[in-house]
Amino acid sequence: MAAPAAIELKNLSHWYGVGSMRRQVLQGVNLQVAAGEVVLLTGPSGCGKTTLLTLVGALRQVQQGSVQVLGQQLADASRGERQRLRRSIGMIFQGHNLLRCLTAEQNVQMGSDLLPGMSYRARRDQAREWLRSVGLGDELHKLPHDLSGGQKQRVAIARALAAHPRLLLADEPTAALDSQTGREVVELLRRLAREQGCAVLMVTHDPRILDIADRLVRMEDGHLMEAERPTIAATP
Amino acid sequence: MSLHGRLTRWWQTRRIPLALLLLTRQPVRLAVALAGISFAGILMFMQLGFRDGLFDASVTIHRLFDADLVLISPRSTSSVSMAGFPKRRLVQAMAAPEVEGITPVHWNLLLWRNPETRGTRSILTLGFEPNDPLFTDPSLAPKARLLTQKGRVLFDEQSRPEFGPVAPWFKAGRTVESEIAGKRVRVAGLVGLGTSFGADGNLLTSSETFLELLPNTPPGSIEVGLIRLKPGSDPAVVAKRLQAQLPSDVTVLTKQGFIDFEQNYWRTSTSIGFIFTLGAAMGFVVGCVIVYQVLYSDVSDHLPEYATLMAMGYRLLSLLGVVAREGLLLAAFGYLPAYAAGQGLYWLVRSATQLPVFMDTTRAVTVFSMILVMCMASAALAMRRLADADPAEIF
Repeated sequence: MAAPAAIELKNLSHWYGVGSMRRQVLQGVNLQVAAGEVVLLTGPSGCGKTTLLTLVGALRQVQQGSVQVLGQQLADASRGERQRLRRSIGMIFQGHNLLRCLTAEQNVQMGSDLLPGMSYRARRDQAREWLRSVGLGDELHKLPHDLSGGQKQRVAIARALAAHPRLLLADEPTAALDSQTGREVVELLRRLAREQGCAVLMVTHDPRILDIADRLVRMEDGHLMEAERPTIAATP
Repeated sequence: MSLHGRLTRWWQTRRIPLALLLLTRQPVRLAVALAGISFAGILMFMQLGFRDGLFDASVTIHRLFDADLVLISPRSTSSVSMAGFPKRRLVQAMAAPEVEGITPVHWNLLLWRNPETRGTRSILTLGFEPNDPLFTDPSLAPKARLLTQKGRVLFDEQSRPEFGPVAPWFKAGRTVESEIAGKRVRVAGLVGLGTSFGADGNLLTSSETFLELLPNTPPGSIEVGLIRLKPGSDPAVVAKRLQAQLPSDVTVLTKQGFIDFEQNYWRTSTSIGFIFTLGAAMGFVVGCVIVYQVLYSDVSDHLPEYATLMAMGYRLLSLLGVVAREGLLLAAFGYLPAYAAGQGLYWLVRSATQLPVFMDTTRAVTVFSMILVMCMASAALAMRRLADADPAEIF
């Protein structure tokens, strides 16, 4: 395969705290996510999943091991290098984290505003296009306040994708949604990511959505292990 | 690139106006901020306006003199304590080829008895030869002729009402008589001069009457000597030469120098300037506190959103720019009502106190600069809160 792996972790370890309070949360983690691959990460809470996500998302300084994201080594990356890399990474959070004072359209445009060399109008049209493709073409000018939970999460997806990311990180995107809405949101997420050739690493507790993954990994006490491909979809 | 090209490019590359939206979509917070800034601006306008107005008012009379150069005693400190010097010095100055004419002036505060209530109050009295020019205003000359009769005075109708209803009585055709230093005087006419800091009212009289009212004045001594120069001569040069030629018991000033001498006294030797400047500074500090509070809580409330933007790849610098732009917008929006209210209040002050308080460009610019500094400094302090926006914490 020609394209570099979206994510390549080698022997990644991470600690929190200092002195006697120092606690290891990641213990020699190895993981590869190919370009365009959808990988789901499960595991009990407090096992280090979110820490892994923040390290891959270039939000935290790497302490030990190698983290290569989209071909860039993050182990010794400066603050500025990490900030620039983040522009290629879309992030979807547990809460929607939309800007409360912006309309749906303006929120999505905050994503496309990061793209260089495009006129304001082009970026705005693109934001509208993304909102239509997540099924919110009629809610362009609503504030987050006036949208339902599922709608807000769909705006967040549109915002994440509007910056043309090559990697999408999602932290329990269905946590605040009912099961049917959650299912719709992740399916939309997978479809759009596929269309963009964008790799996805998603942390989830939700057993009903595991079947959308190309691959499942499970984390326990800072160790990572490959998990069985879920069989829900296959059960009659 | 042409300006038009630049503007088009700027317009094309613009982003969502986050600062503006943050402010306008939170109307209550915006209203609080604008009220605070306007209040601070109004306070600064008022204090600085009063200060400048009072300094301006201290030289109401000084501005009226028909003179290019003014001689005073070096012992004089201000219009309320003018010392005498030999009138001979003024005559000596006549020797200079540029000098066209001179007017010796007696100047003192005398006790005027209110003709209605019989109470006394000190009034600035100028004594001069009725045939000499005193003020640039030509309407004085015919009235001055009335002073050739002994015991006659011209009363300033803009004097404060505490001196008695002199002007209305006079206009009604009554003979208005009063007492100065125990001597009877009669009002021969009215003039319009204006009050100042040091003098609540003004009185003009002839030298002869003046000396009668103040018999202890040493003979040949005057307080102010007015010198008029021939057209085309440079007052500053002549003043310098006269100062060198004349003995050191006189000081030669240009007319502007005479005005500055008076204003300088009020500015430096009294606490007036300090008090009003302090008042303006208070407004500045109050404004700072309010704007800082508003911006700080605004940043705090939106901390997760700022962190999200950082996680999306926005630079910290562009987020600092958002806070800075909020400060800039607040300064602009807050200044306009302050300016309008300042105009209104100046009008009110003018009509209530006769103080010459006007909105001049310098003060308008000064207050805007203060508001700008206030908002930007507050924004800079509030920005420190942004350092707490850690994108790693939002997952």
